Amino acid sequence: MAADIAGERRAPWVLLSPSLATVGLLLIIPMLFIVVYSFWLRTATGADQVGFYLDNWIEVLGDRFYRDILFQTFAIAFYTTVICAFVGYIPAYFVANTPMKSKAFLLLMLMLPFWISYIIRTMSWINILGTSGALNTLFLSIGIIDEPIQMLYNQTTVVLGLVHYLLPFMILNVYVSLDGIDKNLTEAAQSLGCTGWQAFREVTLPLSMPGLAAGSLLCFVLAAGTYITPIVLGGPRDAMFANLVFEAIVTQLNWPLGSALSLVLLALLGVLVVIYTRYLGVDQIAKSFK
Amino acid sequence: MKIMSGWSLIRIATILVYLFLFAPVAVVILLAFNANQFGGFPIEGFSLRWFDALWNNDAIVRAFKTSLLLGLLTSAVSTTLGTLAALAMVRYDFPGKRTISTLLVAPILIPEVVLAVALLLFLQFLSMPKSFGLLLMGHVVFTLPFVVLVVQARLVSIRRDVEEAAMSLGATPIQTFFEITLPLMLPAVMAGMLFSFTISFDDITGTLFWKPGGVETVPTQIFAMLRNSISPEINALGAVMVIFTIALPLVAASVSRVLSMRKIRASNRTNNRANNSSEQTA
Repeated sequence: MAADIAGERRAPWVLLSPSLATVGLLLIIPMLFIVVYSFWLRTATGADQVGFYLDNWIEVLGDRFYRDILFQTFAIAFYTTVICAFVGYIPAYFVANTPMKSKAFLLLMLMLPFWISYIIRTMSWINILGTSGALNTLFLSIGIIDEPIQMLYNQTTVVLGLVHYLLPFMILNVYVSLDGIDKNLTEAAQSLGCTGWQAFREVTLPLSMPGLAAGSLLCFVLAAGTYITPIVLGGPRDAMFANLVFEAIVTQLNWPLGSALSLVLLALLGVLVVIYTRYLGVDQIAKSFK
Repeated sequence: MKIMSGWSLIRIATILVYLFLFAPVAVVILLAFNANQFGGFPIEGFSLRWFDALWNNDAIVRAFKTSLLLGLLTSAVSTTLGTLAALAMVRYDFPGKRTISTLLVAPILIPEVVLAVALLLFLQFLSMPKSFGLLLMGHVVFTLPFVVLVVQARLVSIRRDVEEAAMSLGATPIQTFFEITLPLMLPAVMAGMLFSFTISFDDITGTLFWKPGGVETVPTQIFAMLRNSISPEINALGAVMVIFTIALPLVAASVSRVLSMRKIRASNRTNNRANNSSEQTA
């Protein structure tokens, strides 16, 4: 019997050990490693000088260039998140309040974008906005313009591409919290004299805040970490922070500097995640998987 | 009356948002069948020549094979690890459970670029060059939390008493696992496999960091082709990808539905037979 209890106590750890070993060896230790690595120096010969040098950090935190791009990255992520919140709330509300039969279909349709490759969805906008894309062809044929106009490769198209990529995350998260609201509450509010709009503003909207917050966090973090969208849909001046990381690591092979750069990104986004979990908990994000 | 018009506004807005989500992808598929040799509008007639060109493009076929192999291996490893972890999380209470749970979803919370950099630099430091193995490790770490979450969410609904019944009837724990738990878990495990396969198959951010020179997956191949200009071949490749990643989950979903229906019917039949025989003996 005692052996049984000990076995029972050991069982979860036996089941967990492969995953924990994987996360530990391939994520936790590498993360700690780049913290140490960011204090080393890449010498002109290409060898690493082991030690405690603040040079990378001084460069990353002191240089205007990095600060400007960091600011631009957060601006793009912010616009994307705000647009996703406004544009995504309406369909989430519709899906949550629609009769059962079309609800299943609408939810399935919301899952589809997750199955469509990100690079395809991003490049698909070239077919719409490019010089021989749908809009230019349409405008030319009805005579609004005489020659194709350049609509692509600016900050607006980067935000557009990101909104298109992240909107389903927002809609699903808001939907999950809207769907959990007891319908009697809004009815009660209305029977007590609220107008439909008041009932929404005073009851539904506050109760859906956790979903809106979870969706916003996801959108912001994912948007701030992208480097494919600015390359495909942005111009030369629309680089985001992750592009700098890629440059430093893959092109310049300055790994200590790249470590410092990626840690800055991690720290800033980490602060957001920590503030968020402090108030709302990780569980909200896990909910949308059910 | 006023509420009605408000609701129809919401309906119209919803339709517009769905259009926004799908129209660009629909255009990709449309242009894939366009005979125009520059890969844009206007539509000049129906043609399958771009699919033919894909098939004869060695680089693309190789990328497809790489993606497929990587996706299958990732999904096998990640689902095995993730299912075991999900079992532990759902079935047992133990000290430090919350911390473990956060640790398991950590790869989602860390931006993929940072995760990619950390793993790449650590393995380079250990003098392990970029390789297919590195790609596989990266994809496993990256997909693991999704598998844990998806499987965990579906495991909760499996009742423990069925297993206890089997054990009280004399089945060993291992027998119980293979005869009772695993069949019941199958839909959850399949969902996890599908999820990790698709994420791996679509991944580009980490893959660009980890892939050795000369090795391309389908997304990185598309990315490389985009740098020249948009060619009709890219649209065709996009169409194939869309059909592949959408058809796969749909087929899997219907297969698992048919399987579970058959199982329910079979168990009903056994139940009926059991009932009949017990009536006869009575």
